Amino acid sequence: MSLIEITEVKKRFGDNEVLKGINIDVEPGEVIAIIGKSGSGKSTLLRCINGLETIDDGSISVAGAQLLPDEIHLKALRLKVGMIFQQFNLFPHLTAGRNVMLSQMVVKKTPRGEAEAMAKKMLERVGLGHKFDAYPDELSGGQQQRVAIARALAMQPIALLCDEITSALDPELVNEVLAVVKELASEGMTLLMVTHEMRFARDVCSRVVFMHQGRVHEIGPPGEVFAEPRTPELKQFLGML
Amino acid sequence: MSDFTTWDILRNLLLAARWTVVLSVVSFVGGAIVGALLLFMRIGKGRAGPAFVKAYVEIFQGTPLLMQLFLAFFGLGLFGIDVPAWLAAGVALILWSAAFLTEIWRGCVEAIARGQWEASSSLGMGYVQQMRYVILPQALRIAVPPTVGFSVQVVKGTALTSIIGFVELSKAGTIVTNATFEPFKVYGIVALIYFCLCWPLSKSSQILERKLNVAHRNH
Repeated sequence: MSLIEITEVKKRFGDNEVLKGINIDVEPGEVIAIIGKSGSGKSTLLRCINGLETIDDGSISVAGAQLLPDEIHLKALRLKVGMIFQQFNLFPHLTAGRNVMLSQMVVKKTPRGEAEAMAKKMLERVGLGHKFDAYPDELSGGQQQRVAIARALAMQPIALLCDEITSALDPELVNEVLAVVKELASEGMTLLMVTHEMRFARDVCSRVVFMHQGRVHEIGPPGEVFAEPRTPELKQFLGML
Repeated sequence: MSDFTTWDILRNLLLAARWTVVLSVVSFVGGAIVGALLLFMRIGKGRAGPAFVKAYVEIFQGTPLLMQLFLAFFGLGLFGIDVPAWLAAGVALILWSAAFLTEIWRGCVEAIARGQWEASSSLGMGYVQQMRYVILPQALRIAVPPTVGFSVQVVKGTALTSIIGFVELSKAGTIVTNATFEPFKVYGIVALIYFCLCWPLSKSSQILERKLNVAHRNH
């Protein structure tokens, strides 16, 4: 059984059908890059996987937890998949450490001491152990994004969804975030990432999904997808036409 | 003819000003409590709650405070209930403040970026937890300056209760004028006392706004 099973998922916003029947199965430990033009539905797909958008048809399950629109099922699902956002979305009124501690204490009812230890460990892991008491506005974009990764990791998810996590960063800060993601990948974390970093997708990912007009247009290992695109749309997207 | 010294006038007005202060505090605190309850109904998930609060706010913002005072004072009288002026004034001002405070605070809650909801959702928090730990702490911070600013409106709003016979600063001004025949002097002092009550509030609202903005300067 696959870890993440996305079956015939359809989603429409009004008259606009953004997902027209998506099927993807993700095995444990896979790192999947989702690429495509803006408006191709890639972010929507990611947001559907942890229930930030409801789906109109089809099904999604993560390690046996079904996506259903009630709070109990959503919570069960969200404990299994973490999500990182383009805009970091750190809680600005809390320090980095408290950002990482909050959901552990509130959602998992972890005692304060344990949550703090976990927060220190996770911040250490993304190279920000010394920023425990810094507020988000005292951190650079790259550091904020790494705190966001630590915050998601502290919930011990079995998969992470990354929604264009380097798109809002200055170019010189992109690498410090990608380095953390790369390390997670090498440790066996299952990752689904919407990204524009083609080099990263080529080097780190096990499979690449090319989305076009709400469908999975091409899917395969990066070597294949980048070297021998089969469709004119992908060729055009990769700048080969 | 007139044997009233300025001190006599001032002393009587200051005594009455106590009631302006009491009524202001009661209206503001009561309005804040009712307003908070209405806020939770307004931003809650049900359908009836938000619709009710929306209508409530529209009615209270869409009619003059004076009419609300009249209705509270004379309306209940129609049912044979004798409403003292202080009660009608208190109730009307509390309900009126609540309508405005709810609306101010709703704006503050909605000013919190959608990403904050999404991030806390994705971490598994439920609605109440999101509100308690993520949204309200941030909304509260931006709510302080406009809330303090609104308290000035409450103080000035109490002047209208003189019309239904509640003896506060404005009413006392009228009474003293009738005795002294020195309207300009008396109402001048009345205005000065109102200013002394309101100005520190406006000023602190400005200072708070500057302070709280500094706290998140980089956002």
